[in-house]
Amino acid sequence: MKSNKIALYVIAGLALVLLPMGLQVFGNAWVRIADTALLYVLLAIGLNIVVGYAGLLDLGYVAFFAVGAYLYALLASPHLAQTFPLFASIFPNGLHTPIWLVIPLAAGMAGLFGILLGAPTLKLRGDYLAIVTLGFGEIIRVFLNNLDHPVNITNGPKGLSGIDAFSIFGVSLGKPLAVGPFQLTSVAMYYYLFLALVLVSIVLSHRIEVSRIGRAWMAIREDEIAAKAMGINTRNMKLLAFGMGASFGGVSGALFASFQGFVSPESFTLMESVMIVAMVVLGGLGHLPGVVLGALLLAALPEVLRYVASPLQHLTGGRLDASILRQLLIALAMIVVMLLRPRGLWPTPDHGKSLQTNT
Amino acid sequence: MDIFLQQIINGLVLGSVYALVALGYTMVYGIIQLINFAHGEVLMFGALTAWTVAGVMQPNFPDMPGWVVLIVATLAACTVAAALNFSIEKIAYRPLRNSPRLAPLITAIGMSLLLQTVAMIMWKPNPKAFPNLLPTEPFEIAGAVISPTDLLILSLTAILLVALVWLVNYTSLGRAMRATAENPRVAGLMGVKPDVVISATFVIGAVLAAIAGIMLAMKYGTVQHAMGFLPGLKAFTAAVFGGIGNLAGAVVGGVLLGLIEALGSGYIGVLTGGVLGSHYSEIFAFIVLIVILTLRPSGLLGERVADRA
Repeated sequence: MKSNKIALYVIAGLALVLLPMGLQVFGNAWVRIADTALLYVLLAIGLNIVVGYAGLLDLGYVAFFAVGAYLYALLASPHLAQTFPLFASIFPNGLHTPIWLVIPLAAGMAGLFGILLGAPTLKLRGDYLAIVTLGFGEIIRVFLNNLDHPVNITNGPKGLSGIDAFSIFGVSLGKPLAVGPFQLTSVAMYYYLFLALVLVSIVLSHRIEVSRIGRAWMAIREDEIAAKAMGINTRNMKLLAFGMGASFGGVSGALFASFQGFVSPESFTLMESVMIVAMVVLGGLGHLPGVVLGALLLAALPEVLRYVASPLQHLTGGRLDASILRQLLIALAMIVVMLLRPRGLWPTPDHGKSLQTNT
Repeated sequence: MDIFLQQIINGLVLGSVYALVALGYTMVYGIIQLINFAHGEVLMFGALTAWTVAGVMQPNFPDMPGWVVLIVATLAACTVAAALNFSIEKIAYRPLRNSPRLAPLITAIGMSLLLQTVAMIMWKPNPKAFPNLLPTEPFEIAGAVISPTDLLILSLTAILLVALVWLVNYTSLGRAMRATAENPRVAGLMGVKPDVVISATFVIGAVLAAIAGIMLAMKYGTVQHAMGFLPGLKAFTAAVFGGIGNLAGAVVGGVLLGLIEALGSGYIGVLTGGVLGSHYSEIFAFIVLIVILTLRPSGLLGERVADRA
């Protein structure tokens, strides 16, 4: 039994490691899809802390993603040095912040934003909270769009480009790397970086889930008044959930910026927030394997649809293209899952079912 | 001075549209404690239906005066919107009435996205020009101008408000609505059918939203699939501003929000010395919402209610 499990882990691990090689055969685009899917998994794990564990519906999660992305974009692109002579004189070679500094910084910065958002909304119940977080997401996007004057910070709708690729121990992830007879492409190296971070996040998130903090969050989710009566400091716990969830979003944002080499406000629309919520809901609120499954399904779906969609687009006279189809499926998934399987495709195993009365 | 008056007029017109939409939110929230995220999309469907009907009628009956076309289009839009909102409640909200609060909220968001997508497929995503059905010659009052459309919006809103107040306070349906909002189970024991009352509430909200949608279409001259979302959010803000569940509050909140937006976008450039421009006007509503929810979560006219456990 035990050895079976170990064998399973080894096989799964090998499959994950070899996946980019296999996808490479079909072209770089497929590895890129895997990278994006991993990024979404990371975002979904972060949002799961807020929505799944603590039960706080956050519709502005993409704002934290944006904070992380813009933070890295500003700290590792020529933009600041070009716009402000002061920066140019301090950093004559331009700003190139290393990954070891950026990831904690992005986590901290986004976490701070999360707490800033959480503080005024603590007293609010689910539905108000959803609207306020949605508003917060929109506010951040409006600012990103308009902060190009009077002082050009975000470069407005044009976005920031020329962002450094990460480099780890002197190995730049932007250029292909020769390992013996193999050639590791840039997208494959990003795949391994993302994979490592996803694994770390899963372990971290799981450890939090089964800790005192995780239990406190779930108590708040089930019944806030009862949780308070049990001596849980609901205020601090909710703030902690916001901060923690946000810091995952911030890290994903920094990864995204480095991976794309370009950020613009267009990547941080409400649609993205809704999509991440849909991933968490579809997979199973509060259940890590489910959340990962949901994220992979919804992230891979549009890419698969691209191949199905073109005949369909032909049939419907151009009305149904891949992006519309994807939006349609996300919307339907949210409604149908809630109506038929309100706890998601792969929900948490039942606890305390015997306590429920038969009605 | 005339600029100030002009912004006041703009604010009142915008505010009365918000008020109509906010009434739909507030009535539904008052009865089943649900934010109907799809309300803005009902508005959009109403406006797009009106556009379709007007587009079909104008070439076929070229001699028909604009206001007749407008009335027919409005009736069609109200019917479609009412049927739509009725089905939304029946399909997506009713089965979840006794589940945890998060569940209906998520279906509501999904429904909003679904309706936008369906509208995009049915009407294509490009913005469409809404025909001028009323004379466009504006009136002048003390240096400010007001168009016949604006006048119609203001007077129609006033009429609808009076009708709604009468409906809620002096009819048996209105009494049933108030009773259900107070306590659905006891209302049921007294012979009220909560399901019928809830459906009726959704239908009334949809009619108001459809009319508001046509008003927006006439004011801005365009319609498209995304037109309902932002007005929907702002109207929700207005409902919270005035005190959710409170009809008078929705109206006060809507008008105030319209005024804040119009005056804010008119003067923010001057006040901040050009640092912030009028393209920040979209976020006023959210800032108002956050401030209100922090300082006075029950809204201007709302009563403080205890959390229902």
